[in-house]
Amino acid sequence: MTNNPFPLSRDDLLTAYRTMRTIRDFEERLHVEFAKGDIPGFVHLYAGEEACATGIMMHLTDIDRIASTHRGHGHCIAKGVDVHEMMGEIYGKATGCCRGKGGSMHIADLSKGMMGANGILGAGAPLICGAGLAAKFRGDGGVGLTFFGDGAANQGTVLESMNLAAIWNLPVIFVVENNGYAESTSVEYATAVDSYVDRAAGFGLPGVTVDGTDFFAVYEAAGEIIKRAREGGGPALLECKTVRFFGHFEGDAQTYKAKGENEHNRAHRDCLKLFGARVTAAGIVADADLALIDREVAALIDDAVETAKGAPLPGPRELTTDVYVSY
Amino acid sequence: MARMISYKQAINEALDLEMRRDPTVILLGEDIVGGAGAPGEMDAWGGVLGVTKGLHAKHGNRLMDTPLSESAYIGAAIGAAACGMRPVAELMFLDFMGVCFDQIFNQAAKFKYMFGGKAKTPVVIRAMVGAGFRAAAQHSQMLTPLFTHIPGLKVVCPSNAYDAKGLLIQAIRDDDPVIFCEHKALYGSEADVPEESYAIPFGEANIVRDGKDVTLVGYGLTVPRALAAADTLARSGISAEVIDLRTLSPIDWDTVIESVENTGRLVVIDEANPRCSLATDVAAYVAQHAFGALKAAPQMVTAPHTPVPFSPALEDLYIPSAEAIVAAVHKTTGPVKSAA
Ligand SMILES: Cc1ncc(C[n+]2csc(CCOP(=O)(O)OP(=O)(O)O)c2C)c(N)n1
Ligand SMILES: [Mg+2]
Repeated sequence: MTNNPFPLSRDDLLTAYRTMRTIRDFEERLHVEFAKGDIPGFVHLYAGEEACATGIMMHLTDIDRIASTHRGHGHCIAKGVDVHEMMGEIYGKATGCCRGKGGSMHIADLSKGMMGANGILGAGAPLICGAGLAAKFRGDGGVGLTFFGDGAANQGTVLESMNLAAIWNLPVIFVVENNGYAESTSVEYATAVDSYVDRAAGFGLPGVTVDGTDFFAVYEAAGEIIKRAREGGGPALLECKTVRFFGHFEGDAQTYKAKGENEHNRAHRDCLKLFGARVTAAGIVADADLALIDREVAALIDDAVETAKGAPLPGPRELTTDVYVSY
Repeated sequence: MARMISYKQAINEALDLEMRRDPTVILLGEDIVGGAGAPGEMDAWGGVLGVTKGLHAKHGNRLMDTPLSESAYIGAAIGAAACGMRPVAELMFLDFMGVCFDQIFNQAAKFKYMFGGKAKTPVVIRAMVGAGFRAAAQHSQMLTPLFTHIPGLKVVCPSNAYDAKGLLIQAIRDDDPVIFCEHKALYGSEADVPEESYAIPFGEANIVRDGKDVTLVGYGLTVPRALAAADTLARSGISAEVIDLRTLSPIDWDTVIESVENTGRLVVIDEANPRCSLATDVAAYVAQHAFGALKAAPQMVTAPHTPVPFSPALEDLYIPSAEAIVAAVHKTTGPVKSAA
């Protein structure tokens, strides 16, 4: 048998691939369905960034909490939120994980430790300090991770939270998904420091920058940081440099990007292709293994879309329920 | 000849005209130009829904894209206003006030009073309000009552393109901080808008339809809804007067009271949540000041006491509809108060 040069077993490699493929297909399919006009509201796709969510979330279990962003589908899938329930939510159906009340920007499944996508930039950072605090009091070794973009990194809430996490030594990790853009504005314009790791250092937080299109780089860096936090070593920052294949939201003409930028990224910075090439070249996984997963995932996404389309809308009574626990 | 332009274009035009007139007018906001530092096109977005598109070509660096740091740039706009500029800051969605509210309500709103009348803060904060975009709980709120509650702030919410232009020009010239609420569902609505500059004074409601049986009071999107309801009511012989408040602070009580004194009935329509809203405010004021004229209890048509739901099936029920307004009017005409 071939020697496995990777820090993951063959099964785990296949799981990682399946997760990334599920995210990719989910997003590619939403892109198509949105264009047909079937999907209401704002949809921000995560395609291109799959290795970040996947490489990180493979170190987590349901006791660990994450706070996500407006671009949250990938975080949800990697954290184990049910794909059918997500799709139902995005279509605004009663079968959605938030019963159609939240939509794409508010998908949550607390039972999976997924504290919600978020429509407010930087809002997850204070919340995850709370999750870290709760984990500390419970003493269960749980950690909290908050995701935010290169743009949201400039929110005051994020900066305040880094200091809070540092002084209380919280088991909290700040994950910057740096895809180079906040809407149409480039990170070079909006952020003065060269690296968010430099900024973390100012708060007394260790940090590391990795190539977010390289699953293994993310996986290894996240593993160390998460282990350290779990063991009481305190908060840290992880910056993943990544790419966004689609527009900021569906309908964005993307004229602020360079000509050919998306094509270049898809050809050279596609985390799925890079992953597939490495694991097959090492002889650990065969092309046929990946192709099988591709087919299974395609069928899953087809079924999720068809099911969501056919699902019932929430009834009128739902409008006024769930505001309070009791009132 | 009529010159039909959209609410969105009217806002763009008002900004352009005021920037030409007054060099102290500057624009700040996220992606109001778009493409800053990016390899592609500059002015790529012109605002998230394109409202400021084209202004960069005309006014260059008087438009400044900002980082995603609302506390910092809204606060900076307020500070610059206190130092002689007339900044117009765009907050994109009014819902984002949550991250910068201190600068607005503890700083901008209070300078004039706290400093014994010596300060002025001529800042305009533009933001989108309202539901109907399937944008869910954090991008759809009608938070007008929160701002109206605060002394020192002026609050504007135009219902049509003509008013949008005139009220924004007034907002920029006004020496107090103004929260300028743009209803996103109205951006595409067109009206006959003169090319030249004009200012609509604050505190002057607009009687958009005359009537004698009932007074409908609204602002923003509820005005076209009230007009649709008035059409329906006319078919059943009820003549509704429709008042567009236009500005919520200051508010034109006289026009409302005068109308209710003629019609004897009041229905207030507010897309905000019902508690402590414009609806309760107007109903209470009328009950206090025109009680003798009322033939029936004032009615309120509002959003329910819930966040804005995502699903179209629910969101359509959330926003006050013309049918709900008609039903409320029937409540006032049904059990008519005896003349005794
Ligand atoms: C407080 C707040 N301000 C502004 C917005 C509008 N907005 C939504 S996403 C976005 C850009 C976010 O960029 P980044 O943080 O880099 O994340 P990305 O979209 O690239 O994943 C903006 C400005 C918001 N949702 N919340
Ligand atoms: Mg980004």
